[in-house]
Amino acid sequence: MIRRTALAHRYRNQRRLVWLGKTSIGLALIFLFSLIANVAFTGADALRGAQIELAIHFDPQMVGTANQNDLLKYSSLVKTALRSEFPQQASSRRQRRDLNALVSFGAAQVLRDMVAEQPELIGTVQKIWLPASALVAEYLNKNHDEHVASPFSDVQTLVLDQMAEQKLIRGTFNSRFFTAGDSRDPELAGIGGALFGTFLTLMITFITCFPIAIGAAVYLEMFAPRNRLFDFIEININNLAAVPSIIMGLLGLAVFISVLGVPRSTPLVGGLVLALMTLPTIIIAARAALKAVPPSLLSGAMALGATRLQGVFHHVVPLAMPGILTGTIIGMAQALGETAPLLMIGMVAFITDIPAGFTDAATVLPVQIFLWSDSPERGFLERAALASCVLIVFLLAMNAIAIYLRRKLEFKW
Amino acid sequence: MISSGQRTEQELIASHGVAAYIGCAATATVVVAGITGMFIWLAGHFGVSVPGWLRLMLFVLCACGGAWYGRHLVELKLTPRRGYERIAIGMLAVCAAVAVLTTIGIVYTVLAESIQFFRQVPIREFFFSLEWSPQIAIRDDQAGASGSFGIIPLITGTLLISFIAMILSIPVGLFSAIYLSEFASKQVRDSVKPGLEFLAGIPTVVYGFFAVATLSPLLRELGSTVGIGISGESALAAGVVIGVMTIPFVASLSEDALFAVPQDLRNGSLSLGATHGETALQIVVPAALPGIVASFILAFSRAVGETMIVVMAAGLAANLTLNPLEAVTTVTVQIVTLLVGDQTFDDPKTLAAFALGLILFALTLALNFCALRIVRKYQERYD
Repeated sequence: MIRRTALAHRYRNQRRLVWLGKTSIGLALIFLFSLIANVAFTGADALRGAQIELAIHFDPQMVGTANQNDLLKYSSLVKTALRSEFPQQASSRRQRRDLNALVSFGAAQVLRDMVAEQPELIGTVQKIWLPASALVAEYLNKNHDEHVASPFSDVQTLVLDQMAEQKLIRGTFNSRFFTAGDSRDPELAGIGGALFGTFLTLMITFITCFPIAIGAAVYLEMFAPRNRLFDFIEININNLAAVPSIIMGLLGLAVFISVLGVPRSTPLVGGLVLALMTLPTIIIAARAALKAVPPSLLSGAMALGATRLQGVFHHVVPLAMPGILTGTIIGMAQALGETAPLLMIGMVAFITDIPAGFTDAATVLPVQIFLWSDSPERGFLERAALASCVLIVFLLAMNAIAIYLRRKLEFKW
Repeated sequence: MISSGQRTEQELIASHGVAAYIGCAATATVVVAGITGMFIWLAGHFGVSVPGWLRLMLFVLCACGGAWYGRHLVELKLTPRRGYERIAIGMLAVCAAVAVLTTIGIVYTVLAESIQFFRQVPIREFFFSLEWSPQIAIRDDQAGASGSFGIIPLITGTLLISFIAMILSIPVGLFSAIYLSEFASKQVRDSVKPGLEFLAGIPTVVYGFFAVATLSPLLRELGSTVGIGISGESALAAGVVIGVMTIPFVASLSEDALFAVPQDLRNGSLSLGATHGETALQIVVPAALPGIVASFILAFSRAVGETMIVVMAAGLAANLTLNPLEAVTTVTVQIVTLLVGDQTFDDPKTLAAFALGLILFALTLALNFCALRIVRKYQERYD
């Protein structure tokens, strides 16, 4: 009797342990899903842009040939059109300001481009769909949640309800988000500049890091004499992999920028710093891949008269390449997600242009997320979330390629 | 040796004919010239135009190179060249030295700048003062002109956030590892592990975004419904998110350690009548303990060095408090705040960032060494 209860007790303990394990895993996965779901749902709002239909009178006095390129004149055309559409809501200056906030500044650019293309428009009245501000997109996205304080003023609610009824506003796909550079206006801001900056930065990282990492791994694994120096280098590399990335930023700031004079905020210096950071990761992966190639291959090559160098570069390295590439992709994925060291070297600047080269000021995707999530203005939070989604998709793709490569190409000896 | 090599070449030419020889050279020429052309075209895209005579010269050079390489391909003569090999191996060694140079660079820069910093701010103040407010006055006679650089509030803040993170990630990570290694079926393991790896692969800036946009407001709302005032930049929110970030480290490193315990130990224990649970907790976990402890230390070191999550979710003001509901700041946050924006290199504010970097580097290095030592020293070898 006693024995049986004791046994039951012991099995209960085991069940408790299993339950704890399952709960822990469940907890971790719930965190993962809530994070992804949260980012995806918040970001989905930024996918929606909005347009507003207005009857624009191309007043020759305003945009005649003399003022054809003056953006402010076009923006006053838009304001006039709005005011004539809603005369009751434009009595005070404050109301007019609320009204004007509905149309994006991008509308003026659209009108200017139209006039530049068809000068005969001047003097006519046209009904045109113009880009609306992020407020209108928000109005279209949210089905008037009662609990949340409304971001719209009374005038705006009135006008927007009226326009929605007359079908003067419509949602569009915010394609601008993927092509444009950063902007002060949320509806004009995009990740195009950040994406291209990321591409340039990672290119520098890859070009500098890959050959050096392979060289180091080959030397350590194949040529280095096993002595205290070797141990020192090995410990060194392992430690370097665990150094906080922000320290690499300090190094980049002190060495690359202030000693070597590499220009700040550029993909060049960013890529170099990230290369220092990814170097140990790739070296460790490459060494593991080289170690997995059976030494008999090298011995065979050498027995046939090849030198050690020839044996290594003609046989061992090509066979280890899948493993090395997998490690490299994982390292590059790490570099893609890294933010902290780039803050140190000035890649946090507000940059609206898409960088043209390696020495132009640029920003990268993670830093763009950081900048937007820091922004107190409405509308940027959603953009940060959508940019996070893009970043996660890129990382997933890179990891998937790495896994695929490992499965497909890696040879089991 | 040399004569035999030449004979091979002659035999080859005789057997395959001169046509193969020329064909190979021509193919190589075309390929190399094509690649060069592509580069010139690309350069044109980036606004670099190559003059005509230079293009011609480049093509001729490439053609010659291609021909040489084609000849090289056919001749099958890989004569060892001692000098060349020595240079090549030397270059490989230089590559390996880059890693060492990086470490030396880190130590040198943080040390040199820190020494400059300690010339301006006494060491005693740095280590023992309880106040951190690195505002440098614009005018000399301004009140509090010197600013104060006491690191204690920063260290407490860092440790507080890291401990909160560890309270979450150590049990969750360890129990996950025990379950995955001792109880889970292969299918479960194969489907759960990628999820954990994905959790480890999410960029910290996304975690930070989650903390600042979702978790902090949520915690504050929860706190206000039960009547507790939780700061919008509470250590709790940052700590929890860092904890989530470090779960995969603990889980996968611990699992590796548990997995490395030989099956014989488990079989012995089971055959003596122990349940699976007792075997896991009393045999496998103790056997893997050094690896598990090392995984805790590495996760802790990771939490201490984490930057983006705390920059986004933790505070800027240095409060000396152990209350997780209040805003605290960390070493990494201060490094970022001191260095973002324009800076001059002799300013104590800039130098202070390097001194903080020195502390951070020393701390994480010590932790990593600790982990390494524990594994090396206490890990039993069963083979």
